Amino acid sequence: MDREIVKKVAHLARLELSESELNAITNKLTLVLQHFEAISQVNTEGVIPLVTPVDIEYRFREDVVEGDISVDEVMQNAPSRQGNLFKVPPVI
Amino acid sequence: MLDTGTTLSDVIRLIKERVVKVSEVTQFYLERATRLNPSINAFITVNDAVLDQAQKMDDQLPNQEQWEKQPLWGVPLGIKDMFCTKGLRTTAASRMLAQFVPPYDATVVSRLKQAGALILGKLNQDEFAMGSSTETSYFGQCRNPWHLEYVPGGSSGGSAAAVAASMCPAALGTDTGGSIRQPAHFCGIVGIKPTYGRVSRFGIVAFASSLDQAGPMTKTVEDAARILEVISGLDIKDQTTSSEKVPSWSNNLNPNVRGLRVGVLQEFMDKSSLNIDVARALEEVEAFLRKEGASLVPISLPLVKHGVSVYYLIASSEASSNLARYDGVRYGHRAQFDHFSGVTLERFYSRNRSEGFGAEVKSRIMLGTYCLSAGYYDAYYKKASQVRRLLRDDFLKAFQQCDVILSPVSTTPAFRLGERLHDPLQMYLNDICTVSVNLAGLCGISVPVTLSSQGLPIGVQFIGKPFDEQSLFNCGFALEKAFAFYRRFKNELPRL
Repeated sequence: MDREIVKKVAHLARLELSESELNAITNKLTLVLQHFEAISQVNTEGVIPLVTPVDIEYRFREDVVEGDISVDEVMQNAPSRQGNLFKVPPVI
Repeated sequence: MLDTGTTLSDVIRLIKERVVKVSEVTQFYLERATRLNPSINAFITVNDAVLDQAQKMDDQLPNQEQWEKQPLWGVPLGIKDMFCTKGLRTTAASRMLAQFVPPYDATVVSRLKQAGALILGKLNQDEFAMGSSTETSYFGQCRNPWHLEYVPGGSSGGSAAAVAASMCPAALGTDTGGSIRQPAHFCGIVGIKPTYGRVSRFGIVAFASSLDQAGPMTKTVEDAARILEVISGLDIKDQTTSSEKVPSWSNNLNPNVRGLRVGVLQEFMDKSSLNIDVARALEEVEAFLRKEGASLVPISLPLVKHGVSVYYLIASSEASSNLARYDGVRYGHRAQFDHFSGVTLERFYSRNRSEGFGAEVKSRIMLGTYCLSAGYYDAYYKKASQVRRLLRDDFLKAFQQCDVILSPVSTTPAFRLGERLHDPLQMYLNDICTVSVNLAGLCGISVPVTLSSQGLPIGVQFIGKPFDEQSLFNCGFALEKAFAFYRRFKNELPRL
């Protein structure tokens, strides 16, 4: 782990890290990844990754609108709004 | 009538027999919550409306038929701040959601309400449930009621502390790698992580979706069973919930362990790596089980030593994906910008996120993003998921030789505030005994047994086969009858 990789990952994660955060995270990730490295010794040849512990039972339902949430209730959490629109910086 | 020894089942009985009014119960817990919170900091938000709601129920006692449909009628509960509660602020203990008021209830919350329960308030936790000590909360650290200089555990530390300090008769927690069981152990209460798929995750702030489960945290096993049977079961809003029948666990409690095959997990029983009081408690439990006619079967699962690594790689990967939704546009923290001119969209997102998330959350997002990024995916996320399958298969194989598995919950009792904050690896390794249960999708219960030489609670863990929560409740019930830890709340903890 070096600072350049950490900077690149921060960009991917959309995080803006200060110099001190960058140092702290570089040290921490180096430390924990060194420890986690031990799993490379486990023989996993041909093993299918387990991404969820249960067999998911796929179920279908009618696509019916059951709206009991008002626009106002949703919009009250908007950090910045104009009427019923979310206000953001110009993106185009 | 109501005191620190009162259990959830007592509250239900007292209301049913008209010994106390619903409003008196609410008043009792509200008074304790308000008085004790400055020292314990278990509540992030108290529900201002709860007393009014309780008073309205005073004159509407249900008839017998309604009781069966509303088994938690009039009971005020504490809810971890990971669960969306309609109209009641839900923060995940993060600055990111400090002002968030959900427009809907999590499925488990609406099931509790339908069962007649009241919401007393929202409980403290580690930020986004990432932590083992409730020290990473944006709303300040929570303290252990048994000793205020010690952590209550985490991430559901507020839930455990609130129940132990009788600030509510029972609480809900979530458990991604031990977040119900470890704080239950640290605070001397019962906590169960149900089988993955048993309880709906709809409306729970997502941390690691293939590991998260909700469960009750209570003073007794019967209390836990009563709540779990209300919140469990198929939910059309969560495709990972199971259609497996939900038994009436509380009616089927059986303390008889004769003939039960209890697997003893050798990897966690190495006395040299266990705190001496934890080792002693386990020996007492083994002796008790043997005396009662259970057979103890030594089992070995060599892969559990990789549990923490596999867990942190997978949980952080899933978290980095789940937490990508927090961009400060439709809800959540937004940074102050003097003006938008020249602010790129990327900088806008990054600034909102960097201000909204705390240090531990940021480092987990970074770890997860790294594990999922091109070039590292195979070595980390994929490898961890392969080891996860091997570990799960080993557990299922072990269950051919035994009915439940006994292990510590953690290698130590509660540790001092701040003791492990600057030693991240130690903090993570602390979770060794609990994480594998989540990785394998099994169920696990933490049951309090005794106090350490320093007066801190010690519990033990039973791990069960998928959907065999009944065996866990029964083992817990047997220990509860023998060790009667719950009595200490009446005799030893009213000093608060």
